[in-house]
Amino acid sequence: MNNSQQLNFVPASEFKQRASVAVADAHLRKSFRGAMDFLISKRAGQFPNPEALERQRSLAEHIRKYSLARLPELLEQLEHKLTDNGVQVHWAEDGEEACAIIVGIAQRHSTKLMVKGKSMVSEEVELNHAMAAAGIDALESDMGEYIVQLDGEKPSHIIMPAIHKTKEQIARLFADKVPGAGYTESVDELIGIGRAVLREKFMNAEVGLSGVNFAVAETGTLCLVENEGNGRMCTTVPDVHIAITGIEKVVEKLEHVPPLFGLLTRSATGQAITTYFNMISGPRKPGEKDGPGEMHLVLVDNGRTQAYGDEQLRSTLQCIRCGACMNHCPVYTRIGGHAYGTTYPGPIGEIISPHMLGLNATHVLPTASSLCGACGEVCPVRIPIPELLVRLREEAQHDARPGHAALRGQGAAKSRLVDAIWSGWAALYTRPALYRAFGWLATRFRALTPPMQGGWTVSRTPMKPAARTLHELMAARKKR
Amino acid sequence: MSARANILQRLRAAPQGRVPLAPAVPAFYDAIRAATPASTRTARIELFCEKMAFWHGEVVRVTHDNWPQKLREICAAKGVRSLLYGEASAHAEALKAAGIAGLKPYDRPVGEWKKELFDDTDAGLTSTRGGIAETGTLIIWPDANEPRLMSLVPPIHFALLDADQLHDTLFDAMCAQRWSESMPTNALLVSGPSKTADIQVTLAYGAHGPKELVVLLLDNELSEVSEVNEVNAEEGP
Repeated sequence: MNNSQQLNFVPASEFKQRASVAVADAHLRKSFRGAMDFLISKRAGQFPNPEALERQRSLAEHIRKYSLARLPELLEQLEHKLTDNGVQVHWAEDGEEACAIIVGIAQRHSTKLMVKGKSMVSEEVELNHAMAAAGIDALESDMGEYIVQLDGEKPSHIIMPAIHKTKEQIARLFADKVPGAGYTESVDELIGIGRAVLREKFMNAEVGLSGVNFAVAETGTLCLVENEGNGRMCTTVPDVHIAITGIEKVVEKLEHVPPLFGLLTRSATGQAITTYFNMISGPRKPGEKDGPGEMHLVLVDNGRTQAYGDEQLRSTLQCIRCGACMNHCPVYTRIGGHAYGTTYPGPIGEIISPHMLGLNATHVLPTASSLCGACGEVCPVRIPIPELLVRLREEAQHDARPGHAALRGQGAAKSRLVDAIWSGWAALYTRPALYRAFGWLATRFRALTPPMQGGWTVSRTPMKPAARTLHELMAARKKR
Repeated sequence: MSARANILQRLRAAPQGRVPLAPAVPAFYDAIRAATPASTRTARIELFCEKMAFWHGEVVRVTHDNWPQKLREICAAKGVRSLLYGEASAHAEALKAAGIAGLKPYDRPVGEWKKELFDDTDAGLTSTRGGIAETGTLIIWPDANEPRLMSLVPPIHFALLDADQLHDTLFDAMCAQRWSESMPTNALLVSGPSKTADIQVTLAYGAHGPKELVVLLLDNELSEVSEVNEVNAEEGP
């Protein structure tokens, strides 16, 4: 295991500590509450007709399920088409392999600077650390990502990476870290500072990296969704463009894109469309005057085939990364994105991270939910997130179901104490005589109930048996 | 075994229920069309203008004859000192005849003049393949004559859009123009100037790309409308 992966490895126990700290941070809670309320109302404004929304969701779910059902052949078709178009396609089983491929390409071009468009998969594989280890600057160019990178942080939201920061904090950060920048709290001026720095970088970078929102197999087209234009810069100005994506992003036909794209932007930020929809089908052709001379696509597995291997868990891969589930999650809104300690926070992170990092590291994440169901209700591709949370909780507590392959870290949350308590409970409730005896004892000796019971009762009234059992109360009532 | 073989093998080994039928995307859009009033040219133009304005894009209604003059006026008003254009574009002659100052053809590979393009080019003029009314969107297919960066690097982007090329939806445009048969190296949808809301969800324009987008909406029926209006004006009290 290399350094970059170790950084991503967050012991399960620390989630609860980080969550407690976050919940106590009034400022953090206020920024998330405000931003999430804003995004929730913007999204709602885009879907005035609930029936029309359900029809769109049905179609989008159908497209994603259909694409996944045909995933291996669509990946081969995509590879074939892209190769014909002059794009080099690479496959990586895990993050380490993906980083090695990208570092290798960058080194072949003697790269000093790589500019990055927004890519959650590059965060997932910890590419920036691998590039730094190879002595190559990897600069985030999405404004939000640029801000968090400048402060040595990671994104706290997949669509709005710097949502946890106030403009005053960003003003201070720019004044401290950007050479020549003065202190200003004007958002326009702050963006202007970022623009000036980054345009210089776009000009000088040898390699540009981007993610992919949809990969179209029939035409060999990579689609990128963005508002800022940094994605277009990264994919157009440098001589080499490397795109990195998870294997699940492929769709068969171009006509499958509009329904997904329409739901993605409306669900994410409540926009009917983003400023740019960038469809790239190949490097610069002879005679063309710009665009990269060389283009690569890195297809990353990193645990996705584990989810794919189970018919229920496979629906995790329907995700189009809109972030609506986190915007609507009462837990995410209260603790923010960093508490999760994983690249993908919120409900989607709780169901996808166990496949990427194993249940050993992540088994507590599926429990960070009240199962209120909001995530499943807003998911534009109808991933049954609450059901998957329950399923993963179960997998963390038990051995694999018969006929099912064990997940990575299967049974990681198993506890002898919990098992013993459940066995005792089962024994008691299946033997009436024992049950009555227990009831009699529990009611007669209720004064001996320990006042500190831990768990649920830390912040709630501790349990205490009643003075008489229900059986006794009913019997007394009949006598009267 | 290679990563490729391993990944494909794991995917193929996964249990497969019945593959769902292919999604009926055209039927979905047909149903929407059937349930809404028939789209007219005028309605498409109005909707496009409304949506583009919402994205902070400026729409200027022009005719095939007067657009170079209009563009000259706008350039003068905005203080544009250099305007990038494609030399072999259909509109190049009309543009040159309009006497706009600082016309600059994109005539060399970007590597030869990157710094000038980034730091010393005020505006770019591109054609479009059409537009999308529903979302206020331009369809731009860059090529050797009008390269990709023309619509991205200069701080002002002027786009010529023929009102007859407005489609109702992205799906309609992609079918009518048969995109899937031959995609260019780069195809773009552009809805307004570059923007970001990454600082405290406050909207700011000109994040990395153009700070201003000006759409010259070419509409010859407009000249008839305005002539009628002029006549009416003369007849007025």
